[in-house]
Amino acid sequence: MPTGAAGLGPARVTRLLLAGWAFHLKSLSLSTFFILTSAIQPVIFASIAFYMFRAGGHAPTLLYAAIGAGLMGIWSTTLFGSGGSIQWQRYQGTLELLVAAPVPFVLVLVPLTLATATIGIYSLTATLLWGWLLFDIPLRIVHPLEFAVAVPATVVGLGLLGLVLASSFVLYRHANALANLLEYPVWLATGLLVPLSLLPGWTHPIAWALAPTWGVRAIREAALGGEPLPAILACVGLAAAYAVIGTVLLAHFERLARDRATLALT
Amino acid sequence: MSVVEAVGLRRTYHTTTGVLRRQAIEVEAVRGISFEIAKGELFGLLGPNGAGKTTTIKMLITLLLPTAGTARVLGLDVVADARLVRASIGYVFGGDRGLYERLSGLDNLRYFAELYGVDPREQRGRIGAVLDLVGLTGRERERVEGYSRGMRQRLHVARGLLHDPPVVFLDEPTIGVDPVGARELRATIAALTHVGKTVLLTTHYMFEADSLCDRVAVIANGHLVAQGTPRDLKARVADRTVVEIETFGVGDDAIGKLRAVPGVASVSVSERDHAQVISVQSAKGVELTQTLLGRLNGARVGRVAVREPTLEDAYVDLVTEA
Repeated sequence: MPTGAAGLGPARVTRLLLAGWAFHLKSLSLSTFFILTSAIQPVIFASIAFYMFRAGGHAPTLLYAAIGAGLMGIWSTTLFGSGGSIQWQRYQGTLELLVAAPVPFVLVLVPLTLATATIGIYSLTATLLWGWLLFDIPLRIVHPLEFAVAVPATVVGLGLLGLVLASSFVLYRHANALANLLEYPVWLATGLLVPLSLLPGWTHPIAWALAPTWGVRAIREAALGGEPLPAILACVGLAAAYAVIGTVLLAHFERLARDRATLALT
Repeated sequence: MSVVEAVGLRRTYHTTTGVLRRQAIEVEAVRGISFEIAKGELFGLLGPNGAGKTTTIKMLITLLLPTAGTARVLGLDVVADARLVRASIGYVFGGDRGLYERLSGLDNLRYFAELYGVDPREQRGRIGAVLDLVGLTGRERERVEGYSRGMRQRLHVARGLLHDPPVVFLDEPTIGVDPVGARELRATIAALTHVGKTVLLTTHYMFEADSLCDRVAVIANGHLVAQGTPRDLKARVADRTVVEIETFGVGDDAIGKLRAVPGVASVSVSERDHAQVISVQSAKGVELTQTLLGRLNGARVGRVAVREPTLEDAYVDLVTEA
């Protein structure tokens, strides 16, 4: 007897999330285009940032710049992954299959957006290695334990922010065009490259509502020395809020997509 | 009790046209159709492209909300009880799409086994069973991007049957599959009802519907124009005879002239390799062959045959009338 809709207990939910995450991570990792984009683009940004910081006489802050560039990569990957991969699922005809599965759609989509954010770890790794190999930036992490917590917390925060965005990508066929518009403003608004203190005051509330702000702060404070825990907690708190918002939006948009017939390509 | 029941099912699409001055357009894809499918029955839904077959199936499998009317599967409403319906059905769309290409067939099946809640202790055995059923055992670890079209289609069927659903929807499952592969798929589909499954099949191939289906319904322009056993439908044209003329490069004018011949009930044209095969239906006992050939004066004509009507002729008649 089919059991798909029954027994959605914690064990089943955990299995669904883990199996989905591993499946989509494997699928994305086999995409040469996606991996090259994730690894090469941040390295280019990092190189520009290193030269700028060096020319500005800020050599001691090169690791600061490297982490920022890495986070820029994670954000780009999440944004591109959430928008692009929903559109790709629609194109390859799997979006309908995912929607038609007998489990809440949010449990199908969260692993996908988390997988795209996880791929972003390539970006962080690539920029740190690039800085170490070419620019002699020492990879000395002041609080390694906190760093090890800050990175996954950031990935989860960004992944669930991706879920909020992905919910609209499910409804609108061309919403991924919006993804490109959101890339640079978020880099700026969240202090990935330039400190938030240099931005106008009215941008700060926007920054506080975005997980990358706290993610980059947590990782920087763990790597360079400081107090990363508040930023980690803020990142996790925002992730929880995104999960609630994403779940509500997704249930609404999924029904609208079935009403407006936008799940398929045509 | 019916396993699948559609009552006055209707679906309208809203779209727009134009660039600067956009105009809203309504397309009525399905216009109030009703049918029932009994337990263990293999029911065929036949119709030309754009007739509303896929829209109907998508409403039944909960991917589209009906504009009006109701549909129930195993007594469950497809709108109100969507998740329960999804757990009880399997569906297979024809074509290349709908698979994760970069991953293996086994990866695809494992993932969908998780989505459909197949017990982890039973997954290995269940996946092995469906791979055996569709003849993909031994090829399951290869990436799907290297699969032939027939293998992809068989993987679709395996995915649709993974959770052993009592009701299966098959939307043109043999489209684009080579003749040997299609024959094997048809044998697999026929075997489904032997184990008690209820099947709704859409197809363009009349011989497929004739050989597989217990009952068929013909849909045209969103309306259900006939339903019954293949024998019932063929009986509609039992009093006719069909003249089949193979021609090369005949234009619409000539086809129009054939339609105008007194006694002709319907004319249809199908492309076969480089030739056109014109099928002309007329009342049994009326000899029209020479008249028809006369109207094709000047055209290059190949084989000419007179035969008994088939389900395809009944279908053409119904669709043409609609």
